[in-house]
Amino acid sequence: MALDLSLVPDGGISWMDASGEHADIVLSTRIRLARNVEGYAFTARARDGERLRVLTQVRDAVRQVPSLAHSVLLRVDELPSADRLLLHERHLVSKELAGLDAQHPVRSGAAVFLGPDVGVMVNEEDHLRLQALRSGFGLGPAYEAVQQLDQELGSQVPYAYHSEFGFLTACPTNVGTGMRASVLIHLPGLVLTKEMGKVLAGLQQMGLTYRGLYGEGSDVVGNFFQISNQTTLGKSEDELLQQLMTVVKKVIASEEDARRILLRDAGYIIEDKVWRAYGTLRYARSLTFEEAMNYLSGVRLAVGLKLISGLSVYTLNKLLIFSQLAHLSHAEGRALAEGEANVVRARYVRQALANEAEAA
Amino acid sequence: MGGCSKLMRGKGWHDAGSYLMRCDNCKERDSVVKLVQIIDGAPRELRLCEKCAAEKGVETTVSVTPPQLGELLQKVQQQLMAGGGSLAVAGALGATTGTNTRDAARCTFCSATLGDFRSTGRLGCAHCYGAFETSLRELLRRVHGNARHNGRKYDPPKPDEIERSVTLGELRDRLKRAVDSEQFELAADIRDRIRVLE
Repeated sequence: MALDLSLVPDGGISWMDASGEHADIVLSTRIRLARNVEGYAFTARARDGERLRVLTQVRDAVRQVPSLAHSVLLRVDELPSADRLLLHERHLVSKELAGLDAQHPVRSGAAVFLGPDVGVMVNEEDHLRLQALRSGFGLGPAYEAVQQLDQELGSQVPYAYHSEFGFLTACPTNVGTGMRASVLIHLPGLVLTKEMGKVLAGLQQMGLTYRGLYGEGSDVVGNFFQISNQTTLGKSEDELLQQLMTVVKKVIASEEDARRILLRDAGYIIEDKVWRAYGTLRYARSLTFEEAMNYLSGVRLAVGLKLISGLSVYTLNKLLIFSQLAHLSHAEGRALAEGEANVVRARYVRQALANEAEAA
Repeated sequence: MGGCSKLMRGKGWHDAGSYLMRCDNCKERDSVVKLVQIIDGAPRELRLCEKCAAEKGVETTVSVTPPQLGELLQKVQQQLMAGGGSLAVAGALGATTGTNTRDAARCTFCSATLGDFRSTGRLGCAHCYGAFETSLRELLRRVHGNARHNGRKYDPPKPDEIERSVTLGELRDRLKRAVDSEQFELAADIRDRIRVLE
């Protein structure tokens, strides 16, 4: 039976509703805390039985956790690969938890609790990955939610903690706060003005790093960058968040400057570029995922620059997620081969843009 | 010597290549740090790869992948052995010389060795942090620029507040792991505990 995502609070898509601050530039904000349960080997070294006991212990504890009162538990290890990919495409589980790599198949006991604002992955690289996902630029609210969840869960389940090293994690790059705060940001202006190299180098000077659309190990597509803290030990959560917030604000300001410069110095070139992107999406009969991402990036820029009106950022966000392979297959109710998926994708995008144009 | 910073390693992005620059020293590897030196009052920039940076004594926090963590650990071990830290490491890891013997040191909880960590970049369990403390402290300092937690403090719930004890199943898992890794003394201890519970 296909995965019924209507059971998941908000379908797990409230983070893309474009309600947050700077939503045209910042797609979403995500904060995760890595935690392990005392008394068990870490996930990769644990035996099947241990991972299942971790899951049982956490499931029992979750009943006492108000932040997860309305959550659903999905046993990722029992889902077919198409459904695991669907959850990953929706940014609800990591690639590792979904077991999408041939080298790292799904582990027994892999599961996720999905609540309206927060979630917990169980038996990821660490036993627990608590996370909060928010629309737009919202580090403050996201941290508040995940910290609350952390306190509630940590009072029911004993975390592995060391007075000197903090929260203990399987990978030493996560130890200490266990916190990775990241902002998914769209920076076509900086890329087009060739300022991105400077920005990326500047990020590292500030102890930050960047990744692609799906986090660690993923490619940068459609000018989307995930900017996050690189280190987790030695600074407090507040310091790490403050640093990220300061830098992201500067990056947003630089992106806005770059867009102004583009419009001033290359107005007709940019206009031509974005309208061509829109035209392709509106009428193409076959689109690869990369093509769709790149054209959507152009159209998103056009909406930000107010060159195209009557098209909402929410629709663009949804297109980004729903035009991926597992989402298209899910909508069609069957597995799609790549060539066929390109045709279905083009049809889906055409339809969505036509609906918006009619509504406007 | 002024501050140092790193450049990004791009992946899969069509323009990423333009951000990677060769090391100014060896002209072979990609640079990962920018060293700004003030010479005669004027700043001079040097872009260096990790190796050349280390040779110039530049300490960096590095963005590392699991295999790189293993290499970094090896460097840390070698440096601890070479300079004053050798006794501490040997003492902590129960060995006297040679990477192989040090790698053989085991965590008594999960039976993982430092060699396992070097090959996977992942620790086996929370107790590994105690078992490999000296090497890890230095590694953490390199990776994070600091080895002391400064964030939220945590007191675990008291055992009577949660209903969980070491169960037979858990002990059997530990026994199997100890036997698999030929740790027979530890296995015997665990077997005794199982007998008591049975």
